[in-house]
Order: sequence, then structure tokens, then C-alpha cells
Amino acid sequence: MTSGGGTFTRYASPAAFYPLAGRLIPWFAVPAAALALWGLYLGLVAAPTDFRQGDAYRIMFIHVPAAWMSMWLYVTMAVYAGLGLVVRTRLSSMMAAAIAPTGAMFTFIALWTGSFWGRPMWGTWWVWDARLTSELVLLFLYLGVIALAAAIDDPRRADRASGLLALVGVVNVPIIYFSVQWWNTLHQGASIKMTAAPSMGAIMLWAIVVMTLAFWMLSFVTAFLRVRCIIVERERHADWVRKLVDNRT
Amino acid sequence: MTGAGFWHMGGYALYVWSAYGVTAVLLVLELVQLLRRRRAVLRRLKAMYRMGIDEA
Amino acid sequence: MAAVGCLVRRDLTLALRRRADVLTTLFFFVIVVSLFPLGVGPDMDTLRTMGPGVLWVAALLASMLSLGRMFAADHADGTLEQMLVAPYPLALLVLGKVGAHWLASGLPLVLMAPFLGLQYGLGAGALKVLIVSLLLGTPCLSLLGAIGAALTLGVRGGGVLVALLVLPLYVPVLIFGAGAVESHVSGLGAEGHLSLLAAFLVLAAAFTPWATATALRIALD
Repeated sequence: MTSGGGTFTRYASPAAFYPLAGRLIPWFAVPAAALALWGLYLGLVAAPTDFRQGDAYRIMFIHVPAAWMSMWLYVTMAVYAGLGLVVRTRLSSMMAAAIAPTGAMFTFIALWTGSFWGRPMWGTWWVWDARLTSELVLLFLYLGVIALAAAIDDPRRADRASGLLALVGVVNVPIIYFSVQWWNTLHQGASIKMTAAPSMGAIMLWAIVVMTLAFWMLSFVTAFLRVRCIIVERERHADWVRKLVDNRT
Repeated sequence: MTGAGFWHMGGYALYVWSAYGVTAVLLVLELVQLLRRRRAVLRRLKAMYRMGIDEA
Repeated sequence: MAAVGCLVRRDLTLALRRRADVLTTLFFFVIVVSLFPLGVGPDMDTLRTMGPGVLWVAALLASMLSLGRMFAADHADGTLEQMLVAPYPLALLVLGKVGAHWLASGLPLVLMAPFLGLQYGLGAGALKVLIVSLLLGTPCLSLLGAIGAALTLGVRGGGVLVALLVLPLYVPVLIFGAGAVESHVSGLGAEGHLSLLAAFLVLAAAFTPWATATALRIALD
């Protein structure tokens, strides 16, 4: 890890990234709130009532963005984990650890909203379709990464072990998704498709895109908040942390 | 779609608002928990420094 | 190669000496399979439909329970560290250990399964497909499980933690394995599932030892 090697590599050290993350948070928090409000308006007010699914389809405006974020965050986490393993930058592993709980949260939200969308549509609180089942497995993958890191005391080993697990998981996600698709079509035929979204009007598409962006901005906020906590905990023996604690308490 | 229809959601109010509501609660809780974690960490470290602990 | 053969023979000898460990895995398989009818009811038609899935899940769980044994003994007496510094590629040694583990823990399941399949009213053809699917699938389970076993070496909460880590990875194997038997029973033919399973086995054998070796290095450094 070179120090002073260039404008950006400077921020590869936790000590330098900590204040940067703190300054960046508002730049993501404000757009997150604005996009969320706009998205909610589009989804709950502007988008017309679907004649087949009534107003229940509006759950889609949370379910689909949450599902996309859950997958995107897993990939991002795996990339950081890979960097941490290969290039051995501590900050990369910390970012991976910071992203995991948010990713798990979005996965849970996707499952929860999927369930609430399914109940009025299909009469059951759960449907074993390909998308929901894959999301469920994705939740297990997230929980595994988090649990493994929590179970190992040595921070370096925890980083590297959970990082390897994240990488193994990311390779498996397409395989799992494909096999669940296969399983689903074989058993149910293609008749029940959970996310049988109504034919997309422009407003609906916009609502989904805007909510996705809102979630994305929000995940920057939570990741930065969390990584700052992680940095302070890990670097607690450093002078700059002592100074920080003195100033802030 | 505004007014009473907004809350009624064509009869699906329970589902729509449960879904949106739980999502909002979870996201807010996550933020709150992170802010509390930060404060807890700073407090714990301050106590640790005061006691002169160099391990742990 | 000779080193790997030596390793396999050593592991098998040790496994035979600790026969109880190996047999408990087998008995777990038998017991779990017998529990399901007690929970679901004795109707043969229901059981026949459930059979492939139940047998496969039980084999999967039994295989998973045996994972703790893969590296623990060698880790405890220092042999594992010797393997890390040995002049042989660690991934190859891992392949040997996984192979020995499968012979001792997985193969008995394959041999036991047809008898249990009779309890679920599966016909001769279905039983044959069941054997082949388990023959192809249980090595996959051992190969994937080795990654979990290596990652959790010496970690507290080991057994349950391994389950959480490894079960998502098992999902494709379960789907294709149980699916093979089901598609045979429903007349669609099992070739598609079995070939996918075989392909999965080849890929797993090629790539997982490397991941397991990395995990071992992480655990022991």
C-alpha cells in the first residue's frame, strides 16, 4: 500500500479514508432522500392503478429495486473482498464488511415485500418461484459471510475468510440462480411467475429506476457510516484515533 | 391518485402499507443503529484509553 | 501423484480405525429418512412423490455433518501445517483428502440409499437413477463442503456455522440430484439432470480444491 503515491491511493489508508467518508456522506444522503420522495410520489401517486392487480402492484416499486440492490451489493462486496485478498489492502476488506449487512437488509426487504405482493395476488404468503427462492438463498449467502466474520476473533483472518466465502458465493450465485430457474420451470410450468409485473408504462419504469437510485445512494450512506465505525474500532491503537476520541467525547 | 384512495389502495391497504411501512422502518432502524454504534464505540474507546489499556 | 495416493490410503486407514465416526454418519442418514414418514403419514403415494427429495436432503445433511472430521484431526496434531509446507501442490493434497473423506463418508450413503428408497416405494429404475445421482452428487458435496470445513477450522460454533456457509452452495447439487430421480419417475428421463450433475462434478473437482487450499492457508497463517 503506497502512501503519498498519487491523489487517490492516498485514500487507501483507513486513516485518510475516514474523514473523506465523513465528508461524502451528506453528498449521498441528500440525493437519497430527494430520490426517495420523488420515487414514492411516482409509485404511490402518479402511477395509474393496474386493471389486473389493482393497487397491490405498487409493492413492486420497493420489491424490484430492493432485489436489484441485494444483488448489486453482493457483487460489490465480493469485489472489495477480492481486492482485500489479492492486493491485501485493509480498507478493501473493511468496505466488504461494511456493505454486507446493508446487502442482507435489502435481501430481506425484497423477500418481505415479495411475500406481501404474493399474498393478495396468489393467496399464499410465500411462493416458491425462481426469483424469491434465489433471493432466499442469497440471504443465506449474506448471513454466512456475516456469521463467519463474526465467529473469527482475529480481524485479519476474519477478513480473509469471509472474503473468500464472498468470492465463492459470487461465483455460485449465477449457478444457483440457473438451477433454481430450472427447478421452478420443471415443477410448476411457467404459469406462476411471482414478478409478473404489469406491462410497463413509462411512469412505472421511472418509479422503479428512481427508487433503485434512492436505495443505491442510501447504501453509500450506510456503508460509509459503518466503515467509519469499523475503521475506528480496528485502528483504535493509532494516535489519530485517540485524538479523535478526545475531540468527539 | 390522491385523497382517500391513496390510503385505501383499492382495498389492498394492508399489504401495500405493510410492505412500504416495514421497509421504511428497517431502513430508518439501520441508520439509527449505525449512529448509536458510533457513539458506543467512541465511548468505549475513551474509557479504554483512560484505563490505559493497550490490549484488546 | 504418489503422494496423493499415500495420503488417501493414510486417511482411509485412519477412518477405518475410527469406524464409529463413519458409521454414525450412515446411521444419521437412515434415521432421518425413517423420520419423515412418521411426520408425514404412511401413504405410499405421498411418500413416493417425496422420496427422491427426502433421500437427497437426508444424504446432504449426513454429508454435511461429517465435514467437521475432514481437517480437524490433522489440524489438531499438526499434520495440516506439514501439508502446507510440503513440496506438493496443496490443492492436489486437498483433492486427496476430500477423495478419502468421500470414500469413507459419502460412498456408504450411496450404497445404503437404494434400500432406503424401497421404504419410499421407488421402483427399480428410479433406484438406479438415485444411485447414479448420489454417486455423482456426494463427491460434489464433499468438494464444496471442504471449503466450509477449511474456512471454519478451529472456529467456535463450527458445526452449525459450516451448515450456514455450505448449504447455499449445495442448492444446485440438490436440485439436479433429486431432480434427476423425479424426472425419471415422471417419464422425462434423467439424462439432462445427470449430465449437468456430472459437469458440475468436473468443475467442482477442478476448482474447489484451490479454494479449499486458500482457505486452509488463511486458517493456518
